[in-house]
Amino acid sequence: MEDGRPIFLQIAELIENSIIDGTLAEEAQVPSTNELAAFHRINPATAGKGVNQLVDEGTLYKKRGIGMFVATGARAKLRDRRREDFAQQFLHPLLAEANKLGIDADELKRMIDRWEQGR
Amino acid sequence: MSTVVSAQQVSKRFRDVTALDDVSFTLEENRIHGLLGRNGAGKTTLMQIMTGQLLASSGRLTIDGRSPYENETVMSRVCFIKESQTYPQYFKVRHALESARLLFPGWDEDFAQALLADFRLPLNRQVRKLSRGMHSMLGIIIGLASRAPLTLFDEPYLGLDAVARHLFYDHLLTDYAEHPRTVVLSTHLIDEVGELLEHVLLLDQGRVLLDTTAEDLRGQVVTVAGPGSAVDELAAEYEELHREILGRYARATLRGTFGTAERARAKALGLDLEAVSLQDIVVRLTTAHARSGDATTTGTRKKETLR
Repeated sequence: MEDGRPIFLQIAELIENSIIDGTLAEEAQVPSTNELAAFHRINPATAGKGVNQLVDEGTLYKKRGIGMFVATGARAKLRDRRREDFAQQFLHPLLAEANKLGIDADELKRMIDRWEQGR
Repeated sequence: MSTVVSAQQVSKRFRDVTALDDVSFTLEENRIHGLLGRNGAGKTTLMQIMTGQLLASSGRLTIDGRSPYENETVMSRVCFIKESQTYPQYFKVRHALESARLLFPGWDEDFAQALLADFRLPLNRQVRKLSRGMHSMLGIIIGLASRAPLTLFDEPYLGLDAVARHLFYDHLLTDYAEHPRTVVLSTHLIDEVGELLEHVLLLDQGRVLLDTTAEDLRGQVVTVAGPGSAVDELAAEYEELHREILGRYARATLRGTFGTAERARAKALGLDLEAVSLQDIVVRLTTAHARSGDATTTGTRKKETLR
């Protein structure tokens, strides 16, 4: 675990990423708190806090005595939320850097088009 | 959540040295607590009082509500692994393990055997002929297999290589997850254990400098870097622990609240935010504390200049 944000948030985000990219299918079982703690070498209470946040948000649900599962519809919901965050998280720093280098919006658009064609 | 260890205004004086000075804190049950601080901060003295090996000069310390000093009921629930543990001359590794089995009601022999195999510790070697690292392994095996409701490790890994240390961390985490208990870990290798800890107690010159959850601490201290004027502007609203200057570029370690709004503000000022590891937080806090303790006037902060 790196970066300055609380570790439990990073754990929640890792699970979200797995749901968004399909590694964790809807209705699939999520690793237990203890498994997450052992794998990431973090305190089990911290891992539990990350998992519980996803339960509170309805992304995961508990089956008593069995474990945690991905809720149906979680993937679409997470994608929608990440799309809303996209501008703030990615466009804002991109435009700030472009501005620093004197790249205007038109030039930036051309660069994106060229990048797309080059692939 | 119940309290296992409670210290109220505990002080310990050795002739003219004050090892602990009015220390108050509580340790909650079934958590991993980090007891951190520089050499001579009072960590070992505190653990000796917690395990009934020393009596406080003043104040009151209890384990499960009772004084640990000469109290067998309390001590059967406590396992203290210290770097300087000595055994009788003729003791072999297996004798040390047999004594531990008799001493700790929660002892798990299968777990001890599994640990012995993992650490590759020879059962029939005399303890006094073990290398420094192997001696530490023996302590770790006893500490883990004892499953004592309160387990204290005082610098448990002197001479241990990185492989053995990570074996220790992995076993501690998995066994703690399956058999929750209260663990106190005193260590200098803060970066290695930072993420294992749930609660941090930082001692400095016999006093409690910090008593907080590791998670709160991570969000509390941040390094910002960028144009000096922007750093000045942001630093004015925080407690500044440290600053380095490179020409007109500055980097400051700040303590305070760093939520989403504060982070956005720092970015808008053109500042980069960097995470500060638990180890760096401890270094910054203890040195900042030492400076403020020495200074006769408050508000002056030493600024390092790099050129």
